[in-house]
Amino acid sequence: MKYLTLFICMFLLWLLLTFNLETPNIIVGLIASLITTLVFGKHFLKGWKKFFQPRRYFWIIIYLFIFTWECIKANFDVAYRVLSPRMPIKPGIVKVKSSLKTEIGKTFLANSITMTPGTITVDVIEDDFYIHWIYVSSKNPQVYTKKILGRFEKHIKRIFE
Amino acid sequence: MNNISLIFFGIGILFDLFGCIGLIRLPDVYNRLQSATKSVTLGTCSIMFGVFLNYGFSGIGLKALLSIPLIFFASTVAAHALIRGSYKYGIKLWDKTVVDDYKDVQK
Repeated sequence: MKYLTLFICMFLLWLLLTFNLETPNIIVGLIASLITTLVFGKHFLKGWKKFFQPRRYFWIIIYLFIFTWECIKANFDVAYRVLSPRMPIKPGIVKVKSSLKTEIGKTFLANSITMTPGTITVDVIEDDFYIHWIYVSSKNPQVYTKKILGRFEKHIKRIFE
Repeated sequence: MNNISLIFFGIGILFDLFGCIGLIRLPDVYNRLQSATKSVTLGTCSIMFGVFLNYGFSGIGLKALLSIPLIFFASTVAAHALIRGSYKYGIKLWDKTVVDDYKDVQK
């Protein structure tokens, strides 16, 4: 069943990428997705059932909007720090604890942190995220945990767990 | 449609430029990666979105739209690998760095 889900996803991606519905193209697509499934199938997500729960897709759409907004904010932030003559930076690596359990959730959280204002994930060990922060604004762990993870963590929990 | 896509091209090129300026001005590898990842990803994604608006739901437009998530995942994972690799290799943080928690887990 896990393999079938991956196969369907790959085939849809192929159809979108090539964008034509002639028979030879579909046959090549089927063969290509079959090979991909056989090679990478065992690394695919454990909870394939989550693919068939519609409310998760609803949260993904909401998450995409929040994420795009954060991403644009991040870029203005970087542009400001780079262009201002005094260069207001105060970098450091901080440790942040997250409550996510699944691997895929952690992956998405790490990627989201990389794209948000001034932060980039250095490493993930168990539950701890090590984050390089371009402007360390406070030394209190609770304050910066909320600042870095706050907005994303609860949405990702809704999507993946 | 053509004019709107031109605006997106302009924004994209502008952010790519900011990313490159950051790459030159900021002091060390870690800060440079910050500017390189964020600005260049949004810049390139914006250009791709402009291409999508210009061509609409045709072969080219959809390919451009699909390349956005691919660029996004590739650049975040690459940034993560580069920053972790350079720390493990032993490149020092900038001397005005405030705090370094990652030191404790390195054996």
